[in-house]
Formats: sequence, C-alpha cells, structure tokens
Amino acid sequence: MSAIGLYVPGTGPLYRAPAWAKLLGLLAAGVALLAAADHRIALGALAASLLAYPVVGLAPARAWGVLRVLWPFLLAIALFQVLFGEWETAVRLCAQLAALVLLANVVTLTTRVREMLDLFERVARPLRHVGVAPDRVALVLALTIRSIPMVADAWRTSQEAYRARGLSGRPHLLVVPVIVQLLRMADATGEALVARGIDDDTRA
Amino acid sequence: MLRLQGVSHSYDDRAVLRDVTLDLAEHRIGVIGANGSGKSTLARTLNGLVVPDEGRVTLGEWDTRRHAKHIRRRVGFVFSDAANQIIMPTVAEDVEIGLRSLRLGREETARRVDAFLVRYGLDGHRDHPGHLLSGGQKQLLALASVLATEPEVLVCDEPTTLLDLRNTRMVHRTLDGLDQQVVLFTHDLDLLDGFDRVLVMDEGRVAFDGAPAEAVAHYLRLMDGADREAGA
Repeated sequence: MSAIGLYVPGTGPLYRAPAWAKLLGLLAAGVALLAAADHRIALGALAASLLAYPVVGLAPARAWGVLRVLWPFLLAIALFQVLFGEWETAVRLCAQLAALVLLANVVTLTTRVREMLDLFERVARPLRHVGVAPDRVALVLALTIRSIPMVADAWRTSQEAYRARGLSGRPHLLVVPVIVQLLRMADATGEALVARGIDDDTRA
Repeated sequence: MLRLQGVSHSYDDRAVLRDVTLDLAEHRIGVIGANGSGKSTLARTLNGLVVPDEGRVTLGEWDTRRHAKHIRRRVGFVFSDAANQIIMPTVAEDVEIGLRSLRLGREETARRVDAFLVRYGLDGHRDHPGHLLSGGQKQLLALASVLATEPEVLVCDEPTTLLDLRNTRMVHRTLDGLDQQVVLFTHDLDLLDGFDRVLVMDEGRVAFDGAPAEAVAHYLRLMDGADREAGA
C-alpha cells in the first residue's frame, strides 16, 4: 500500500473538522513556515507534525512511511545546500518540506475524498463562466488520489515478474512494463467511467 | 427490450462481429464462446461502449449511436476485472459516485449507498480503500456500484474470470437474486444453470441460440472441432 495515504476511518476532532478548515490550516502553516524562514522554527514544526499523528489517532508508522518515501529528496536537497550553501538552509528546507508533507498527509488521512470533492466543486464553481466544469475538476482530483495505489501495484507486479524470471538489478528495465500497465489501467478506468455514465463522452 | 439489427464491427481489418441480429427479451440470457469469438465486443455494444460500424443497437426507442447516455443509465455494465471498475478511493464513495448523475439529492443518495452496502455485505468496509478488498468483495463492490443506479438490464462481461470457486458462487447467487434482466457473458458454463436462453458466439456470429443444455453441447462440439483442427 502507498505510504501517502487515503482516508483512514477515525473519530477524533480533526475528523469532525470541515475540509475547508483543514486545508486553510494547512495553507496557513505553509505560509507561516516559509515567512519565518528559520531552521529552529522549521525543526519545531517538523516535531509538531510528527506529534500530530498520535494526537489525531493515526499510527506513527504512517508518518514514518511518508518520511521513507521522502528521504531521497531530502538527502538530495541537504547535500546540495551543504555543498553550495549553508547547513542552516539545508536543515530549514528539509524540515519545512518534511513538515508540510506530513501535515498534508494528516489532512488526506482524516478527510473523506467526498468532502474534498464537494469543496473543490464549490471553489471551482466560478470557473464555469470560462468553460471549466467543476465536477470534472473534482473527478480528476479523485482519480489522481485513486491512482496512487494503482501505480504502486503496477510497480510491484512488474518487479515480481522481473524477479520471477531470475533477473535482478537494472531497475530502469521496469519502466516500460510499468508504463504499459498504467496505460492499460487508464484505458480500463476510462471505459469504466463511460460504462457507469460518469463521463458523458461516447467511445466509438 | 435490447435489440440488435445487422450489427457488424471491426477493429482495423479484423471483423469481430458479423451481421448479428438479436432480440434480447428473456430474463436470464447467457453468452458463451471461445476467446476472440466476439463476446466482449458484443457485450460492449449493449450499453454503447462500442458503437457498431454497421447496424443498430436499441433499447426501446433509444439507439446507442445517438442516445448512449440514456442507454447507459438503463443498461449497467460489470467488467471481468473489478479492480479497474473501482473509481473512487473508498468503498462508499465508489457506490456514491455513480449516483451523482441521477441527482437524487444528498439524503436519498446517502440512503441508497447505505442500503446497497448492507445488501452486498460491504457495510463494514465502507471507509476502506476499494483496491484493498478481496477479489470477491471487489466484484461485489462493482456490482453494488452499478446496481445502486437501478438499471433495467445488467450486462456482465466474464464477472467471475478472476475469482475462486467460493467467490464465483457468491457472485452467482447475487446475479441469481436480481430482479433485473441479466445478460451474462461467461466462460463458466456452470453459471448458466437455470438461464432462459444461451447464445453461442463463433467468429463474430451467433452460432447457436437456444436452451442452456443444447447451447453448451453445441459449444463443446465447436471446441472439440477446434481441437481436432489444431491437432491436424
């Protein structure tokens, strides 16, 4: 399963908070962190975002899962900043990025996609005047979230097939089969959308 | 009633349906045939997923060429790989997304989602990711999501292909209990017990159309003939 999660059932106060409030809070945290531009504040925010998991009733392993996905990026940023900048900047950028991704994940884990879609539909409603369909925007968002585990599954399946044939190393060889699988999945999902009347386009 | 009149279809130069004419009026209709016989394309013509190159597919006054949207609301479709049919991240949301186009209102939508989750034994999984369900549960979710829109006809394209015996039986029982007309495309001949009518497809044509026992016998003869040809 993907570390960047989907909704996890729960009953804490954050679950009861409306989606708009959580997203507004996330935005405020991001702006404040960037405006403060201080490595000590960034480290404090990272500690707070880690603490947020058990506080809202989520397993700390979920936070660890996020960091496990993020660490190559954090390492690259840190190395670059230490070599060409200052270590304080390296610490600040890494802590800011990790804190915000962890907080964003808390929002995702505690908010039903349905609530997110309703919110996005409301926010995107004025775009109707320029020809944008808000429900399409919301559907694309939902499909994006849904596709995270699909990509992970496609990668795992290809990896297993590769190993089953006694091959190892050269992970770049998995790219083509994974892309082929994802294209097939995308085609099948498109067909399902049409079959269920969710997409009005007609396939010939 | 679903009606096909002179339906032909090709993919590039390969003809997959050849002049198929059918009235599908019976409550339970099965369609069997070898791989490549045109079953899946025929299934897809029934709710407008495939619009035939020639001929017409109609449901009452609606034609799939011009009224595909209306027909899809009346003809539900279940695929063999339920995983690809699950669109939304969680089980309840997946049932709910299909109801949005019906504009039932928030309360009625929620009531119907709850009712179908309970009916198909998925209530305990309502907030779980659909892709983490077992194969049988995924197929039940696919069925629940389609049936929640209350179609008149349900077209199932090999719904048990990826399932074990227990889950196959579960899907069989579910289909058996439906009030809707069911058109079942399958390789599983056991599923056809009690059906009113079975069609055998061969090379894009309806090679046999009749009672299940005779249709299965005809299909087995066809396969025996194909075996002999391959061995010759």
